Order: sequence, then structure tokens, then C-alpha cells
Amino acid sequence: MDSSQLIGITTFTYLFSTILYAAIFIFKAGRLGIVATIFTIIAFLAQTVGIGLRWVESYQMGMGRAPLTNMYESVVFFAWTIIFIYLIIEWKFKTRIIGAFAVPFAFLAMAYASFSSNINKEITPLIPALQSNWLIAHVVTCFIGYAAFAVAAGLGIMYLMKNTSETRQTSNDSTLLGSLPPLKVIDDITHKTMVFGFLWLSIGIITGAIWANSAWGTYWSWDPKETWSLITWFFYAITLHARYTRGWGGTRIAWMSILGFISVIFTYYGVNFLLAGLHSYGSN
Amino acid sequence: MKNKNPVWTFFASVKLALFTLFFLATTSIIGTVIPQKETVQWYNEKYGEATANLFQVLAITPDMYSSVWFLSLLGLLCVNLIVCSIDRFPGVWRQITANNLDLSLNRLEKMSPQYSWQANDSRESTASSLKNSLQALGWKTEEQTSEDRTLLFAQKGAMTRTGVYIVHASILVIFAGAIIGSILGFKGMVMLPETRGTDKIQTFDDKAIVNLGFEVRCDRFDIEFYDNGMPKTYRSLLTILENGNIVAGYDRKEIVVNGPLSYKGITFYQSSYEPYQEFLVTITNKNTGLTETAITRYQQQHSLKDSGLRIGIINAKAIGQSVKNMKVWFADDDSEPSLFWLDNGEQATVERKKSSYTISAKQMYATGLQVAKDPGVWMVYIGCGLMILGLIIAFFMSHRRIWLLVHDTPSGKSAILMAGHANKNKGGFEKTFQALVQKINQNQDVLRS
Ligand code: HEM
Repeated sequence: MDSSQLIGITTFTYLFSTILYAAIFIFKAGRLGIVATIFTIIAFLAQTVGIGLRWVESYQMGMGRAPLTNMYESVVFFAWTIIFIYLIIEWKFKTRIIGAFAVPFAFLAMAYASFSSNINKEITPLIPALQSNWLIAHVVTCFIGYAAFAVAAGLGIMYLMKNTSETRQTSNDSTLLGSLPPLKVIDDITHKTMVFGFLWLSIGIITGAIWANSAWGTYWSWDPKETWSLITWFFYAITLHARYTRGWGGTRIAWMSILGFISVIFTYYGVNFLLAGLHSYGSN
Repeated sequence: MKNKNPVWTFFASVKLALFTLFFLATTSIIGTVIPQKETVQWYNEKYGEATANLFQVLAITPDMYSSVWFLSLLGLLCVNLIVCSIDRFPGVWRQITANNLDLSLNRLEKMSPQYSWQANDSRESTASSLKNSLQALGWKTEEQTSEDRTLLFAQKGAMTRTGVYIVHASILVIFAGAIIGSILGFKGMVMLPETRGTDKIQTFDDKAIVNLGFEVRCDRFDIEFYDNGMPKTYRSLLTILENGNIVAGYDRKEIVVNGPLSYKGITFYQSSYEPYQEFLVTITNKNTGLTETAITRYQQQHSLKDSGLRIGIINAKAIGQSVKNMKVWFADDDSEPSLFWLDNGEQATVERKKSSYTISAKQMYATGLQVAKDPGVWMVYIGCGLMILGLIIAFFMSHRRIWLLVHDTPSGKSAILMAGHANKNKGGFEKTFQALVQKINQNQDVLRS
């Protein structure tokens, strides 16, 4: 089995994970919980092996490079990180329902990576500008940030759903959404996830700047991708300040987490396809 | 310290910060949609003259991000940060250095988390054993004793309250570094044909000529390709000369993309190249030891000055503009010329009747060097480091304080009220607090038995 087969299979395993978590949520099939977790962990490990294998294959093809340098590889890594962060949240906060809102992002990313005709899945060698350890650091840190923001957006959606249902009926313990964690808890986890993402996005922007400086002697050139990452960064900075100093919480923060993630998607995807710039290497 | 000056209040407000950040974020979008740094004609063609003029009036083109209004927004952010920090920092510093033993019973009783219990010993010995257990758990205590009560206090991470200020200061440090770089530094570009040197370069923004103060020479440029034809490496060998003499340690230094060379604060980056239809040939007569180099045009015969040898490149195979191998024509005084294929940059031995020669040839290139001097970059990097440090402190560390109030009870024993406070992550602190209560109680049991 080669890496692309293994990674291809991961797409379906994450779909199945999504279904399992959705089943827990929709049918309140709590007993499925442990099954969903174990299955997701296995899928995650398979993907880890797949990514590792791709690395090994690149050596066998005589180019030896980390599997993190084109659109396909970064989307795969993005999905991997979402699952990683989700599993940590599940373990730390002891709640599985969040899976129904986070794992689908990983599935969608994998589906896009596997089926989009825009994406070249081949292992291609690195052009000189991309041969830098700072690039690896840059991609890894940015995508940890992006994945955290994806999870935060999932949590935001979860918050809004629960919130609407709570304002409509008085007692919701018997409803579907009653099984979700209390609003205060969701709000707290959303915030913490965004904070985590903000730290990594900051490191991602910085490592990117260092890379640019070592390649071109300019750490910041306002190219569209850089600028959009800064816009996203400003957006989350606003969110943190609004919460910290103006007491924003609940619905507002939930919306901010979703809008922020839209900005992330645009930074990551929109810029490559809609705007031109230095980072256009990502579009193949 | 309360300053009621309305201008001050305005610049110290977080509302202004939110406004500025929002404005920066939204206006930044413009420059990502409308391409920057193009020529006037380009904008006229793309948007029509009227729109292009409007853009120019609004300073959206050609370079929005260094326009007065955009820089003013960044400046506003800085002023806001500075004023806000000056306004708040003294208060934070008072919290860090506060005398925490000076605390009313009232406040202690309202604090959460808290826990109280009774001990079988006198106040004095209870207090001292509590002190020991806390010490053993890494909490250094301060103590205040009065007639009927003993107050113990311990804290961790008081300085973490400065985390946010480190983040905010780091932004200013980064800006300062950027300003130093833009005033004292330059960025430019030079195309250097192999074997040629220069002591001047032209800057990007104002096309000014900058004197380097030394000479940089390109000795060699090479491209390597992957099997599929994609470029693998661009490499130049650079030599630095002062007053015509090679500077020790800077002789034929290799630079590649992502691996620049710095000398006297000026850095040379491999950035582009230009292939020529000329070839650099080196011929050594093994018998006489005479080595000659020459530049010959493609498909033209060239006679070497000293020896009169004749050489020419009569055919070549290339990837794009880059020659992979070439057919060399070579003749000395006698008989038939030699014809042979040579890989670019390689050397061959040619046996002729009277002499044997080594011949090497490579396509001639100019290397494109980006040249930058940025005396502010170290400051930018320090700012970046501070930012990450500050973010980690601000997000993940907190100022945790615990108080233990020990009173006498009428029966000659003692009662303990333990209370704690954390400025962040209260949930996590509560767990720490409960664990601490348990450990202290265990220790007390041990001490008692
Ligand atoms: C892009 C720029 C900025 C960044 C990255 C930034 C970052 C931060 C961070 C990480 C925190 C801590 C939040 C938390 O603990 O959850 C914070 C708090 C804060 N920031 Fe900023 N900030 C920026 C700009 C500003 C500006 C311009 C002001 C001006 C007023 C400001 C005022 C504050 C205040 C008042 C706090 C709360 C501090 C406290 O409670 O002691 N920030 N900032």
C-alpha cells in the first residue's frame, strides 16, 4: 500500500467518524461514544502513517522533503491537525458531542484534497525557494492555528444551535440539543481554542517572515497571502480584546469564531485561487 | 494617577484599539484585491483612467501600505498602545508588588475558592506546620501575626501579570525595527555576469545608486535540475574584494536560495539569473601548464590570445534556456580539429599530437542578486520573540495567590480559613487549590500522629 491509498482511505474513515459522532448526537446513542473515539484514533493513526509514508516515498524518489509543501499536503495536514486538536479537547473536557461539530471539518478537508480536480496529489520536488526548514516550521505552525480555528468555528456553530433552541423552549433537557454541554462550557472551550489558535497563527506569521527574510531579504512584503494572514490575525486580536476588555461572550464570540474561520479559509484557499502573489506555488 | 484629560482618555481606550484594528483589517483587504506596485499605464489599462486616477488620489495605488493614511493607522495603533499601557501599567505593578498581608477579613471570607477546617494544635504550631507544608509544596510564605490570628500568604506567578504588556511592547519593538530598517537600510538588485564584479547597486524604490563600499564579484553560477526538469538549485560563488584584494574568508563563497551571504551588514540573496548565449571556456595545456580562460559566443570560433588555440561551441542541448551539454570544436596548430560532447560545467581531456589539454566549458550566466541592508531586522526578531513569550505568559500563566488565616478557638485549638485567587484560568486554579487543601491536610495528619 502506498501513501496516497492510505491517505485516500482516511477520507472515508473520517466520514465514518463523522457519522458515528453525529449518531451519538442525534440518536443520543451514548454507548457508541467509545466506539467513535477508538475508531477516530485508528483513523488518525492511519493518516499519520500515510503522511509518514509519503515522507519516506519522497526520499525513495530522491527528493527527500517533508510532506508539507503543496496544497494537497497542506490540506491533508490540516485535517490531521483538526483531529489531533479535537482528540485533545475530547480527552481534556470529557465530552464527545463536540466531535459531531469538529470531525466533519476534517472530513471535508480530506474530501476536498482527494476529489478536487484543482489539486495535484503527486509528490513533486521542491523548487529552490521552498527548500528551507523555516518553510516547514511555517506550514506546521500556521496549520495548527488554522485547525484550532476550524474547531473553534465548529464549537461556535454548536453554541448557536443550542442557544437558539434554549431561547425557544424553557426546558430542553429532553431535546436533541439538551445533550450538548452547557452554553457556558461551550463558550469557554471556544474561547480557549481560539486563544490556542491565535498563539500558533502568530508563530506561523513570524516563521513565515523569517523564511521570507532568508530567501529574499524582506520579512514582510504585503503580498496578498501575507496581508490576509495579518487580517485574520487582526480579526482574532479584536475578538480576544472584545472578550477580555468589553466582556463579549456567548453568541457574539460564537459568531466571531465562525467569521474568523471564514477569514482563515480565504487566507488559505481564496488567496491562492482568487488573488496573485508569492504564495501561488500552493495552487498546484 | 487618575488622569481625566479627555484626549488622554480617548487614546487610552480599548474601544479605540478595537476600532483601529478593525479599520486596519478591513482596509488591508483593498490592497490584496487591487494589485500593488504596478505602473501608471498598467492601472490605466486595467481600470480605466478615471478609476485609476481615483485610486491614485486615495493613495490606494501604487503602494497603499506605505501611504500616509495607512501608516497613520499603524501610528494610531502605536499611540493607542503606548498610552493605554502607561495608563494601566502602574495599576498592574501595584498588584504585583502589593502587600498581600494587608487584607481585610471581609475580603478573605468572600473569596473563592475557599475552605476551612479545625486543627487540634495551638495556633502557633498549626501555623508553623502549615508554613512547612506549603514550603515543601513550593509555595514560599509570608506571615503576619497579631493577637488572635496569624495570616499566611503565598503566591506564584505575580510577574505573569506583565505578559500582556510584553505582547503590547513587542508590537512597538517590531514597528521600531521596521522603521529603523526603512530609514537606514535599502533593498536593491544587481545582475552580475560571471567573472564580473560591482561596487554599486540600484535600489528598488527610488532607483538610487548605492555604493557598497566594497566589491562583490560573481565567480560562477550554476543551475541544477531534477530529473523532471524542475529547477533544483540555483547557486552562485561570490567573492568580496576591498581595494581590489580578496577579503579573507570571503573567497568564492557559495550562496543559494535561502542561503545568503552577508558582509558588513549587507546581505546578498540568490534571487534570479539570466542565461547568455556565451560560454566560459578554460583550457590548460598539460605540457606547458599554461591555463587560459575565454568567453566565446555560441557558434563562433574564438582564438586564444597567448597560445593561438582555437575553440568554439558548435551545438548545444538545453532545458529551456539552460544548456545541459554542448559540442565543442577545438584546434591547435596541427591537423584535424577535435570534436566532442561535453556536459555543461564539466571538464574533458583532449589528446592532440603534440600536447594534451584539459578543457572545461560552461554556459555563461548572470546571477541576479537581491541586495539588502536592514539594520532593524534584529530588533524585529527580538520583537517577534517577545511577542511569543508574552502570548504564552498572557494565555497560559496566571497569578495565583493563597491566604491561610489561623485563629484561636475558645478551646485553645485553632481554626483555619484558606482562600485563594487566580487572575486567569479560575477553573484550573480551583483544582490546584483543592489538591493543595488535601495535601496540607495529609501533612497535618502526618505531623499530628
Ligand atoms: C495587534 C495588536 C494587539 C495584540 C496582538 C494584542 C494582544 C493582546 C493580548 C494577547 C491580550 C491578552 C488577552 C487575554 O489574556 O485573553 C491583550 C489584552 C489587552 N490589550 Fe491588547 N493587543 C493588541 C493591541 C492593543 C491595543 C492597541 C490596545 C490599546 C488600548 C490594547 C489593549 C489591551 C488591554 C487593555 C488588554 C487587557 C489587559 C489587562 O486586562 O490587563 N491592545 N492584548
